[in-house]
Amino acid sequence: MPTITRQLHQSLLSGAVTSTALVQRCLNQIAARDGQVKAFLQIDADNALAQAAAIDARRQSGQSAGRFAGLPVGLKDNICVMGATATCGSRILENFISPYDSHVAERLKAEGAVLLGRTNLDEFAMGSSCENSAFAVTRNPWDLERAPGGSSGGSAAAVSAGMLPLSLGSDTGGSIRQPAALCGIVGMKPTYGRVSRYGLVAYASSLDQIGPFAGDVYGAALIMEAIAGHDRRDSTSVNLPVPSYTQTVDQPLAGLKIGVAREHFVEGLDPAVEQSVRAAIEVYRSLGATIIEVSLPRSRYCVAVYYMVASSEASSNLSRFDGVHYGHRSENHGNLAEMYAASRAEGFGDEVKRRIMLGTYALSAGYYDAYYKKALQVRRLIREDFDAAFQSVDLILSPVTPSSAFKIGELTSDPLAMYLQDIYTLSANLAGIPGLSIPCGYSPSGLPIGLQLLGPHFSEDRLLRAARMYESVTDWHSRRPAIAVD
Amino acid sequence: MNFTTIIGLEVHVQLNTRTKIFCGCVNKFNPDQPNTQTCPVCLGLPGSLPVINREAIHLGQMTGLALNCTITPFTKWDRKQYFYPDLPKGYQTSQFDLPLCQNGYIETFSHEGEARRVRILRAHLEEDAGKNMHDESGRGRDSQVDLNRAGTPLLEIVSQPDIRSAQEAKAILEELHLLLTYLGVSDCNMQEGSLRCDANVNLHIDTDGCSKVATPIVEVKNLNSFRSIEAAIEYEVKRQLEEFQKTGRKIGDPGVEKETRGWDMERGYTFAQRGKEEAADYRYFPCPDLVPVTTSPERIEEIRRSLPEFPAQRRARYRQEFGLSLYDASVIVNQGAGLARYFETVANLCGDAKQAANWVTQDVQRDLNDRKLTIGEFPISAELLGQLLKRIVVGDLTVKGAREVYAQLLADSDEGQTLLVDWIDAIIEEKSLKVVNDTGLLDAAITSALEDSQKAIDDYKAGKQQALGAVVGKVMKLVKGADAKVVREMLIRKIDG
Ligand SMILES: [Zn+2]
Repeated sequence: MPTITRQLHQSLLSGAVTSTALVQRCLNQIAARDGQVKAFLQIDADNALAQAAAIDARRQSGQSAGRFAGLPVGLKDNICVMGATATCGSRILENFISPYDSHVAERLKAEGAVLLGRTNLDEFAMGSSCENSAFAVTRNPWDLERAPGGSSGGSAAAVSAGMLPLSLGSDTGGSIRQPAALCGIVGMKPTYGRVSRYGLVAYASSLDQIGPFAGDVYGAALIMEAIAGHDRRDSTSVNLPVPSYTQTVDQPLAGLKIGVAREHFVEGLDPAVEQSVRAAIEVYRSLGATIIEVSLPRSRYCVAVYYMVASSEASSNLSRFDGVHYGHRSENHGNLAEMYAASRAEGFGDEVKRRIMLGTYALSAGYYDAYYKKALQVRRLIREDFDAAFQSVDLILSPVTPSSAFKIGELTSDPLAMYLQDIYTLSANLAGIPGLSIPCGYSPSGLPIGLQLLGPHFSEDRLLRAARMYESVTDWHSRRPAIAVD
Repeated sequence: MNFTTIIGLEVHVQLNTRTKIFCGCVNKFNPDQPNTQTCPVCLGLPGSLPVINREAIHLGQMTGLALNCTITPFTKWDRKQYFYPDLPKGYQTSQFDLPLCQNGYIETFSHEGEARRVRILRAHLEEDAGKNMHDESGRGRDSQVDLNRAGTPLLEIVSQPDIRSAQEAKAILEELHLLLTYLGVSDCNMQEGSLRCDANVNLHIDTDGCSKVATPIVEVKNLNSFRSIEAAIEYEVKRQLEEFQKTGRKIGDPGVEKETRGWDMERGYTFAQRGKEEAADYRYFPCPDLVPVTTSPERIEEIRRSLPEFPAQRRARYRQEFGLSLYDASVIVNQGAGLARYFETVANLCGDAKQAANWVTQDVQRDLNDRKLTIGEFPISAELLGQLLKRIVVGDLTVKGAREVYAQLLADSDEGQTLLVDWIDAIIEEKSLKVVNDTGLLDAAITSALEDSQKAIDDYKAGKQQALGAVVGKVMKLVKGADAKVVREMLIRKIDG
């Protein structure tokens, strides 16, 4: 099963492969492997085959089969699709079926993608390992004892394990880029406002963005082309034209100036990761790029600021899950207050409760100024750091994660160590800038290592082209885990 | 014991936008079909996002300008967080520190023309909640929630505690209601809840002639008629005074907090409510799903220019332009823009504003009340009444005659006929109501009447003024439509020679 989107897409467009055949192969691979990997929470095979058949029929009758021409895409189970679950990996939404389509689901359907299944995630996208899901622990296809990363771990593992060529995740602090890195695939968090959040179940509204996973840069460009753009249902969606990313992705960037921040290469970074990232810097140098040292002095505040902002917003966003109108309602209650308390106590997992409590505290009277307001002020400074750096460079290159995939259970007892998984990715969300993760090597034990490219606001086109430059002279992306071979 | 009553009002006005404040659902009172005017946004479904309705901002800013407020050039949205079944998101999207409008005032005038000004602290936009419906059968069935109302745009207008009596509170609320009606920003239907009022009430008591103490502030909730505002505050003043005499509790004492009380109109008392205020920390923070709203000075001027005439301005104009008394001007203006427009049309058509005012405030008003009609439904149009009164003004018809025509018109309408302007003259003709100004005809009739009225003439000459009545009657019989006053004058001239 090829996971290189470009070839698959060509075969579909040329008619060499039908969508039905491709979807059937994906379903076979899922049937064979997902018992071990547990990337999916729900698969509706009949529905997927029906979508594929409809697209094939369009193509056969000479009509357009759409931009995707029947490529299957998996959606993280916090992105609403009409008639499908949107559990968010939580007991509280275990039986919730969305009565409406998210913006991205509408776009994918309109562009001839087959929506194939719902992928696992950390509950409400809170976590970096997929261990916080109430329903399943997703495994890293490269080593089933290890975590795929999170929170979009199911979407990353599904692509990595060859069950799907493409998937969507959401990235609030690194939830696309970190699992992409740990699973050896491409993942991208767009600029805040580039993709409509309408229909994405909110974790932290000012940080959340939907973005793609793919086996190659082309696949990420293809998805971005389809889902980016203005949507009047999301007030924070920006009305800017969407470049034809797949048209430009193969054009190398001349005179590229790449920034490397000294703050990104400090204690805590695994030597194998550092070595791979430094080797990638040399690849870019050999491609004609100039490497310039930049400084992001406020990086060290990112974790603190992120957990203040994200938890505060989460504490508010998750208020609606109260057992009144939908979702889990406890049987054990006498009055209204008890109903709220019991429903939420039974419905939410520990990490979600931890963040709701943290956020509730930060927004409380008497603490707001010291915590939430202060965090917003520092957030602005973090953004200013990036603005200043991008005065002199086109991109900033860094590790994605401090280490390659960790063992399942290794970090669950230490939330703070888990939080540090996102130390390199959080700042992009706080600054609202786009970030991309691409495979750049393997650890001595054969686990994937990711390279992060960060760019100024709305520089997705530049990020994709720069990533493609690297991809075209390296072959990390063509390695697949053994489990992906069908 | 000397005391001053201190009252501030919080008024929630549902704005009559076409759609709800953050979604495309229709904004319409519809309690009979619960949960039919909803969508993922106002149901608070996971993943849904709000989008601000520009019309709500416009209507809110119109109201702010009419209340002499400053329009905040940069305003934003904040989440007010609490759990309640009628609040599907677990927070209400509102405005906290940057309200849409700030620092205005509203004035009322007594019939003597004395102005009372109450300052407006702020007016901010927010979304209305749904409605909880509890089982009242006593069988303990589940409560239900109707979210048709959830997301209706609300303007919350908060006054300063400048009001000093229950009557004044009622008068201010009536003036506000009238202003909103003239602006057309709300249906202002208190029964349906499109105008809801809470009152903050306490007393400043003069205990020893030189220092004052304040009784605990009580927020009286859900006053849904003008009568209940007045009655509830009157009750509350009495209750607080008695309470103070009993306990001496005042602001500043340990454990004294703002109290929330409900008003029972039927039983006529306020009762303690378990206020959500009690341990409430709303944890306001800026809503990350909405963008701030900026308004340019040019835009504010544009709205200002587009505002209709306010009631206060209209009363002043009626006094200047039409020479009405403040009383008459108020009676007309206070009945709403519809009646005021009706009056103006009548006054302009007949050319006698005083005459028009008399008819509109008496005859028309009475028949509207009797028939329970609005002015828009009244069968005698302003054009028709204007034409009728014009006959009085030019001397073709007496006021008495006009009343007969008016009554006939109403009677015709009651028989289901559509009234036309030509009918006025037809009725005058039919009833021979036209004033006869032909002096030749009158002369002849008087001469003829005097011929067989020698006794009456003698009596009159002997000083019995009323003896002439019979002669006037004879003349009137001979000349239908003669003006009795004119006939009498002519008679006297003739007898006196
Ligand atoms: Zn709605």
